[in-house]
Amino acid sequence: MILTQQLILGVLVGALYGLAAAGLSLTFGVLRVLNVAHGELLMLGGYGTFWLFTLWQIDPFLSLLYVAPAMFVLGLLLYGALFQFVVQANEEVRIKNSLLIGFGLTLILHTLAIHFWTADERAVTTSYGGAVVRIGVFAVPLIRLASLVFAFAILTALHLFLAKTRWGRAIRATAEDWEAAALMGIPVGKTYLVAFALGTVLAGISPSIGLEWTLKALIVVVLAGLGSLFGSFAGGILLGLAEATSVAFLGGPYREVMGLILFLIILVLRPQGLFGERG
Amino acid sequence: MKLFLGGILLAVGFAALPLFTQRNDFLNLGVQIFLAVALAQSWNLLGGYAGQITLGHAAFFGLGALVTRTLWVGGAPLFLALPAGALVATAFGVLIGAPAFRLRGAYFAIGTLALAEILRITVGNLMPQISTIPAAALASYSIIPRYYLTFALSVFCVAVVALLVRSRIGLGIQAVREDEAAAEASGVGAFGHKLLALAISTALVGLTGGAFAYYHVSYYPQHTFSPTWTFDAVLIAFIGGVGTIHGPVLGALFFVLLREVLAVRWVDLHLLIFGVLFVLIVLFLPGGLVGAWDTTRRLIGRLTRQR
Repeated sequence: MILTQQLILGVLVGALYGLAAAGLSLTFGVLRVLNVAHGELLMLGGYGTFWLFTLWQIDPFLSLLYVAPAMFVLGLLLYGALFQFVVQANEEVRIKNSLLIGFGLTLILHTLAIHFWTADERAVTTSYGGAVVRIGVFAVPLIRLASLVFAFAILTALHLFLAKTRWGRAIRATAEDWEAAALMGIPVGKTYLVAFALGTVLAGISPSIGLEWTLKALIVVVLAGLGSLFGSFAGGILLGLAEATSVAFLGGPYREVMGLILFLIILVLRPQGLFGERG
Repeated sequence: MKLFLGGILLAVGFAALPLFTQRNDFLNLGVQIFLAVALAQSWNLLGGYAGQITLGHAAFFGLGALVTRTLWVGGAPLFLALPAGALVATAFGVLIGAPAFRLRGAYFAIGTLALAEILRITVGNLMPQISTIPAAALASYSIIPRYYLTFALSVFCVAVVALLVRSRIGLGIQAVREDEAAAEASGVGAFGHKLLALAISTALVGLTGGAFAYYHVSYYPQHTFSPTWTFDAVLIAFIGGVGTIHGPVLGALFFVLLREVLAVRWVDLHLLIFGVLFVLIVLFLPGGLVGAWDTTRRLIGRLTRQR
C-alpha cells in the first residue's frame, strides 16, 4: 500500500528525469557533445518560470511559452560562443573538451545564480498546487500528474518533429553519420546549432536544479541508451521506480545510491543501454 | 635538468620557510599550495598523461578525507589512517574504472561524476553534523606538522608522477592516450594501463584528502565531496599545463596566490573569474602557462635566428 504510493510518485518523478535526459541525449546523439552544464540550464529554466510567476502571476505551464523561446536563444548563444569550437575536433576530443567546457560553464552559471538569486530554495505555489487526484485509495498530486502528461506531450511533439520535418530528418541524418549527411547537402553546422538549441529548450522546460539533475539525466542517458526519445522517457521512469523502491526498503538517505548501482549494472551487462541501437 | 634544479630550489625554499617565519597565515597559505599541487598532479596523471578525463576527482578526495578523519579521530595512528583512506579511494576508483574502461567514449567521465555527486548527497544525508577535531587534539593543534605533512605529500605526488611517466609503464600509459588501437597493436594493453593510472591517481588524491582531514579543524563531511575540489584540480592542471610535470606545480602557485587576491576583493565572484578563465584556456590555450611559454620561446628563437 505505502509501497504502491511510493512507486506512483517514483513514476511521476521519473517522467521528469526522462524529460531532463531527452535534451542531453539529443545533443549527445547528434553533436557528440556531452554538456554537463545541462543541470544548470535546467536551473535557468526553473528560475524563468519562478520569476514569471512571482512578478506577473503567469501560470508555470503557460510560462513555457516565454521560457522555451528564451532558452532556444540561449542555446544558440552558447553554441555560437563555446560549443561551435568544440565540434570542429574529432569525436574523442569533442567529448573530452565538451566535458571540460560544460564543467566550467556549470561553475559560471552556478556562481552567477547564487550571486544574483541567493542559494535559497525557490518553489512556485499555484492555486492548484496542493490539489490531489484520488485514484482508488492512492493519492496523486495534480501538478506531478500534469507534469507527466506534459512531459509525454513534449516528447511526442519532438518525436514528430524529428520524424516528419525536413529539419528533423537533417538532425537524424547528422546524428547517424555527419560526413555522409554533409555530402548529401545537409548544412551540418546549422543542424548542430538547431539540435543544440533544441536540447537547451528541453533543459529549460524541465523542472529544475543543478548538478544533481545533470547526474540523473546522465544516468538515464546511459540507462536508456542513445537514439530513442521515448527510451529516455522510459529510462527516466525506471530510475524513478528504482529510487522509490530503494527508499521503501533502505530508507531515504540511500536513494541516490540506486542510480550508481543501475549505472554499473548497465555498464557491465548492456553498455548500449536498454533501448540503444548501437551494436 | 633546468626544471629539475628549479624544482629542488623551490622545494628547499618551502621546506626552510618555517625557520624564518612562524606566521600562521604564511604557513596556511603554504598548506593550501601543497594541497593544490597534490590535487592537481594526481588529476594530471589520469587526465593529462593517461588522457582519461574525470569530473569526479572530488569523490576520491572526499573518500580519503572521510576514512582518514574517521580512523584518526577514532584513535588510529595517522600513518595507518592515511594509507587506509588512499586504499578506499582506489577501491572506489577501480569499481568505476574496471567496467568503464572496457568501453570507449564518455562512460568513465559519467561514472566518476555520478560517483562524486552520489557520494556527496549520501554523505550529506548520513552525516549532517560538522566534523571537529576532538578537544584533546585541538588543544595541542599546531600548524607545523600539517605544513610538513602536506609539503611531503606534494613532493611525493610530483616525484611519483615524474618517475612513473619516464618508466616503461608510464610510456605505455601515454601511448594508450595517443592511440589506443596502435598501442594495443604494439603489445601495450590499454585496459591495464588505464586502470593502473587510475589506481595511482586515486591513491594520491585519497592521500591528499586524508592530509586535508588531518589539517582542517572543522568542516562538514559533505564539503570534501563538493565539485569545487574537482574543479580546482582540473583548473590548476589546465592553467599550468596539462600533461607536464611542472605545469600543475606552476598552476597551483598561480591559482592559490591569485585566489587569495581575488577572494579578498570579490568574495564569491572569484569563482566566476576562474570559471571564465578555465573555459578560455580549454578553448584557446590548451597547453596552459607551460604551453604559452614554449610557444613564445620558439617564436623568439625563430625571430632571432632570422636576423
